Amino acid sequence: MELTAKASLQKKILLTSVYSIVVLFLLLAPTFLSDFRLSLLAKFLAFAIVAIGLDLIWGYSGILSLGHGVFFGLGAYCMGMFLKLEATGGKLPDFMSWSGLSEIPWFWKPFAHAWFALPAGILIPAALAFILGFFTFRNRIRGVYFTILTQALVIIVTTLFIGQQQYTGGTNGITGYQTIFGFSLSNQSTKTVLYLVTVVLLVAVFILCQRLVRSRSGRVLRAVRDAENRARFIGYNPSSYQLFVFCVSAGIAGLAGMLFVLHVGIISPTTMGIVPSIEIVLWVALGGRGTLIGAVIGAVLVNAAKSGLSETYPDSWLFFLGALFVIVVVFMPRGLVGLFNDIVGKLKPRMQTIMQAKGSKMKKAGSNG
Amino acid sequence: MEVQLLQLFNGISVSSILLLIALGLAITFGLMNVINMAHGEFIMIGAYSTYVTQLFFTSNIPADYFGYYFVLAILVSFAVAFIFGFVLEISLIRFLYGRPLDSLLATWGVGLVLQQLARSIFGAPNVAVQAPAWLNGGLEVMDGIILPYKRLFIIALVAVVLLAMYLFIYRSNAGRRMRAVMQNREMAACLGISTRRVDSMTFAIGSGIAGIAGCAITLLGSIGPSLGTYYIVDAFMVVVLGGVGKLIGSVFGALGIGVTGTFFEYWTNASIGKVLVFIVIIAFLQWKPKGLVTMRTRSLD
Repeated sequence: MELTAKASLQKKILLTSVYSIVVLFLLLAPTFLSDFRLSLLAKFLAFAIVAIGLDLIWGYSGILSLGHGVFFGLGAYCMGMFLKLEATGGKLPDFMSWSGLSEIPWFWKPFAHAWFALPAGILIPAALAFILGFFTFRNRIRGVYFTILTQALVIIVTTLFIGQQQYTGGTNGITGYQTIFGFSLSNQSTKTVLYLVTVVLLVAVFILCQRLVRSRSGRVLRAVRDAENRARFIGYNPSSYQLFVFCVSAGIAGLAGMLFVLHVGIISPTTMGIVPSIEIVLWVALGGRGTLIGAVIGAVLVNAAKSGLSETYPDSWLFFLGALFVIVVVFMPRGLVGLFNDIVGKLKPRMQTIMQAKGSKMKKAGSNG
Repeated sequence: MEVQLLQLFNGISVSSILLLIALGLAITFGLMNVINMAHGEFIMIGAYSTYVTQLFFTSNIPADYFGYYFVLAILVSFAVAFIFGFVLEISLIRFLYGRPLDSLLATWGVGLVLQQLARSIFGAPNVAVQAPAWLNGGLEVMDGIILPYKRLFIIALVAVVLLAMYLFIYRSNAGRRMRAVMQNREMAACLGISTRRVDSMTFAIGSGIAGIAGCAITLLGSIGPSLGTYYIVDAFMVVVLGGVGKLIGSVFGALGIGVTGTFFEYWTNASIGKVLVFIVIIAFLQWKPKGLVTMRTRSLD
């Protein structure tokens, strides 16, 4: 008993030190990465945040959402509207006047204020998730049915955003930002600060989610994932837990979307379409669902591979992506982290037998003496 | 009044295509608990098979016989999509039984590969398939209402396929085996049914019907590598709405989505119409969470 406690303590110390080295590395990245690489990394970290959000719902409660592109996009649009209004100085944005609007629509007006726009980027996706989740989980619509509904949500929201060109900028989306809180977005020092903000928020979201999944609610969530009816019979209401985690997950996706706009400078309906939404799922699947760090690893790895491959061979990227889906699902359902744990798990017993052999020898030596 | 009738006709026309696509999905989902996202790509395969058949006719067969090519194209589309489906089932799907969400992801990947394959073979731009002369024009039923022969042909085609499916599922030995596996896999296996063979045949037939749907779609406009993605989500909504397990559920699901969708889009516009249909579906699921028609079962999940 004492031994296992000691081992878990050792593991904890090891993990904490690995995490702190990674975070330190990320915080110091601006000093040794080129500006281009830094902005790429910033984008990947924003993707890592949405991956954590998806992992929270898919990995820990077993609900696969293909709609996280929408939540990501809604957050991004909130930030985009805020930045656009700051760029125009509260006047009519250019694409609106092209579409024949003469006045800023009423729902755009509050987005001129940071105190409204920034929380809205998290709360609006969460509210949409609440509405969809409330009407589905309540009726025990789950599994594949829920997944298909979330995918339909993606199609609907994207066609809506493309169709309402005068309010959303249509296919072109919203771009042409200049400043945030008066600081120029094209300025490198602003970019570095925004990168650091992303790192801090990633760590914060990670810790928050870790606390959530280790809490009592997190345990109930996993119980619901593994045996929903049993959890219900014990007296928990699975739908309220599922609804809660779906909203949190959507809010996190919205936050990631806001950061994405800051780094990339444009948001358009293609970013929240079906393909980006399902790509988020691939990141989590590759990294390892049900482990938060897996989501982060998957997001960064796949996107690094994407920017490497699609720059040189744009056609083969889709073949690669398609093959990756099949390989991950068939051969490594628990992702890279699962693979790593398997390897460690295989090595460990060997180490232990060696240790035990040593231990028993010493015992023998002790009894003889 | 005329306009309303015409919209109703358009709605039925859309429904008929949705139904063709959803039939295969509903059966594979009901039978094997597999979600096949590559189903849309089988539609695309069917459409390109029609295109290739047409090319073959224009270059090798005298022009007098060109009118008949479409009949052959239907069979070719079915056969090609059938083969693709069969290969996919024995190479990938059978490893994913009982894991619907995983099958969804893996088949999505297959779909991406097939799309990209079509793009590198036929090129990214859309290609147009020329409809045979006897499908041009329309039937004038009233003043101002002309029903295009193409759409009438599609509806007739769907009716024939539906009838064939009905006879297959409810009147043939193979269909009886299929229903048995769907209702109770273990019991069916104990009674000597080769569930493996039933699975792969059913999956291939569902894929073949998607091929026919692709062939029909060539009559409505030009075709491209991502043709299937336009239809696939709507087709899945048909399955969600109609429920799995019985043919009639898909028929009602397709009619519901096709007709209401067309009317909503006519009354508002394309994007708002889609939102309204989605809201109606969610509202409907409040009343019947498992869809219109479900198989009775005493199991909890």
